[in-house]
Amino acid sequence: MLTPVLLLAALCLGSCGKGEKSESIIVTGSSTIAPLVADAAKQYEASHPGVRIEVQSGGSSRGISDATSGVAELGMVSRSLKDEEKTDLTAHTLAMDGVCVVIHRDNPVKQLDKQQLIDLYTKKITNWKDVGGNDATVVVANKAEGRSTLEVFLHYLDLDNADVKADVVVGENLHVIHSVVSNPNTIGYVSIGTASAEEKAGTPIKLVVTGKVVPTMEAVKDGSFPITRPLNVVTDAETSPAARAFLDYLMSTEINDIIEKHFFVPIR
Amino acid sequence: MTTFSPSPVRRSPSKWPDRALALVGAIATLLSFGLFVWLVWDLVRLGLPRLSWTFLTAGVEDAGRSGGIGPLLVSTLWVLLCCLTLAIPLGTGCALWLSEFVRRGSLLARLVTGGVDLLASVPSIVFGLFGMVFFSQTLGLGFSILSGGLTLACMILPILVRTTLSALEALPADLRPAAAALGLSKTTATARILLPAAFPGIVVGITLGIGRALSETAALLFTSGYSTRTPESLSDSGRALSVHIYDLALNVANGAPMASSSALVLLAVIFVVNAAAVTLAESWLRRRLSFS
Amino acid sequence: MTSSRNTSLSRSVDRVTGGILGLIAIVSGGLVLVILWHLISGAWPAIEAGRLGLFFTDGKWQPGSERDPQFGVVPMLAGSVLVTLLAVALALPVGLASAVFHRFYAPPALERWHRRMMELLIGVPAVVFGFWGLMVVVPAIVRFAPDSPGQSLLAGGIVLALMILPLIALTSQAALQAVPAAQLQAAAGLGLGRASTILSIALPAARGGITGGVLLGLARAIGETMAVVLVCGNIPQIPQSLLDPIRPITSTIALEMGYATASHKALLFCAALVLVLFCALMVGWLSFRKSASDSGTGGA
Repeated sequence: MLTPVLLLAALCLGSCGKGEKSESIIVTGSSTIAPLVADAAKQYEASHPGVRIEVQSGGSSRGISDATSGVAELGMVSRSLKDEEKTDLTAHTLAMDGVCVVIHRDNPVKQLDKQQLIDLYTKKITNWKDVGGNDATVVVANKAEGRSTLEVFLHYLDLDNADVKADVVVGENLHVIHSVVSNPNTIGYVSIGTASAEEKAGTPIKLVVTGKVVPTMEAVKDGSFPITRPLNVVTDAETSPAARAFLDYLMSTEINDIIEKHFFVPIR
Repeated sequence: MTTFSPSPVRRSPSKWPDRALALVGAIATLLSFGLFVWLVWDLVRLGLPRLSWTFLTAGVEDAGRSGGIGPLLVSTLWVLLCCLTLAIPLGTGCALWLSEFVRRGSLLARLVTGGVDLLASVPSIVFGLFGMVFFSQTLGLGFSILSGGLTLACMILPILVRTTLSALEALPADLRPAAAALGLSKTTATARILLPAAFPGIVVGITLGIGRALSETAALLFTSGYSTRTPESLSDSGRALSVHIYDLALNVANGAPMASSSALVLLAVIFVVNAAAVTLAESWLRRRLSFS
Repeated sequence: MTSSRNTSLSRSVDRVTGGILGLIAIVSGGLVLVILWHLISGAWPAIEAGRLGLFFTDGKWQPGSERDPQFGVVPMLAGSVLVTLLAVALALPVGLASAVFHRFYAPPALERWHRRMMELLIGVPAVVFGFWGLMVVVPAIVRFAPDSPGQSLLAGGIVLALMILPLIALTSQAALQAVPAAQLQAAAGLGLGRASTILSIALPAARGGITGGVLLGLARAIGETMAVVLVCGNIPQIPQSLLDPIRPITSTIALEMGYATASHKALLFCAALVLVLFCALMVGWLSFRKSASDSGTGGA
């Protein structure tokens, strides 16, 4: 029993030197953006030896608080900054993401206009047959409080969260998709990129035409799709030059292919 | 361990209660087997095709949708080692104190037991928050394997204490007086007689703890972190396998097949680690008993 | 054979050992206090703002709403408690019955396989259980009750029961194993049938270990986050039926923590505090009573 303890102690002592991590750039925040930035970081490290970038998740609020307090050099925030956040932080938009409505592939409904969506989400319409579907009770899936997808969607519908009468509340994007798959009467909203990716891979979901615009990444890019949100990287005044160099890389066209691989929309 | 068989001399009890109990037990067993197979079957169906030596050794590519999990296996094992190195001495020590060195029912004993039991009910996500605030920030460990291992040690401590205590309590009542009669100090009796005798039960606790530690996600996401690099020291961040499975299943589009493959590897890791633990324990026990 | 020198030496050795082990025990028991301290300091802003009362008087949980912010935590606490009780109610009979079967009726090889399988099941991450629950249990519920959302108290109970089943089964198995063979032989000698022996001798003798396992399972279930957030539906309400969605407190923390503003975060810490304090009452009382009843039996 003593041997492992001694081994561990030796390892601890050996690794206590934090000096070798002086070039480490820490990036924290939104779990939506984290996989994208992690991939970009790997590519950056390959062409810039000696630089270490550590990407952690924790949510958009974590990104904001860590960037402000200095725990992280860069914060990942999947929404626009609020006014009170703009005093300390600057947002740099990395890519755009659209938010579309999804239903089950076997649901005959193909499009829903804004008023129908409002009625479905406030439960003025409770049966699919009133919007051209089967005779079945609508199961409304809403996102959890604080999520930017929720804010963007409700902003489009001009609703307050207290007006929404949800049957199911979900968290991550994929949770929405799995909920729709497991109960064919569900309606939910999710990032267009995630939905297209899953649909192409054969998941039985369908993206609903909203406000006469077909939800595609091209529609987000040319601005015709009405519900979009920016994916931001935030900095404050103390951000180091090394981190800013990485930021410039993120803002360049060099990572456009990575952005597209992650099903977001490049803006440059 | 003797298999118990019913008495050959039976006067009037009918066979029906026995048959009924056997039936109930068999159905329960079938149910648990069946559910287990159902669960694993889906994992196998989606995940088996992608398993290969490359998968086990290659680095993470494309957010985990391709490539492998090599660095993650290293991180996971380091976190586990860290966790067990702290939790086993702490858990065994606490249980020994409760069982041998303090009066049962005394206030201090009841408080300690209560504290340990309460620790068991702290939600895993609260452990994540606590680990993040206490180990990562207050103690300055940052996103690191050490931080994750220490947090996990806190999580599995109650399991180890409870099972070790049960094992010690189940020992034959005449062991301790016999040791005292031989003039052995409590320390010697505990170390050389009681602990080896209780070893099988203690090992059960350790395997429970290992399972719990390897499956934990929320606590590790905020402490040992998200990095997919092979960790070079305990102060490096390293993504544990369970965190990877969570990310692929819920955060990355089209991640489900790789999540299933990773889950299968995790099950294999548990199988191997548990088998190793049991084998080590049995050989240790055999060495000790050969002196008696 | 024992000299008085040896005795006083062994007494000092024992005192040192007792001291070291006691320190370890106090650290173990005190860890939870450290955690509570951190929860309280995280929740302090909300406590200071006087929100704690609203926790119990408000009917709904919608802290982010601008029009009608409500901070009621009671429906979520009810959700946590109900799903935990359902899980234990489902897992205990199955786990205990299979442990009895393996100890008294099945060949040793089968018992070993059962144990290996249970050990593996413990290591399955909660997210896999949750995923499986969402893709298998929820559609089954929808097929059975087409108008319900599927994600519900029942789905949560089933998934949690599967998660704590190995804990209960393994600890029960170990407890039954530890029942002295002498007691069982004595019962046989008295002419008791196998079933009666199990029910009136073995099970009561193993009661301590089994209760310990149930305690572990209860604690695990009420603290579980990942699995329940995927299948419970997450609507903060007191359910009227098994098919209603519920939201345990842990789900709220998981769903909202990463995206919460500073004041919202303090509220979430408060909610965590309520859950842990509730568990303090439940688990602490049960274990306090158990160790009080232990003070007449066994050991030192």
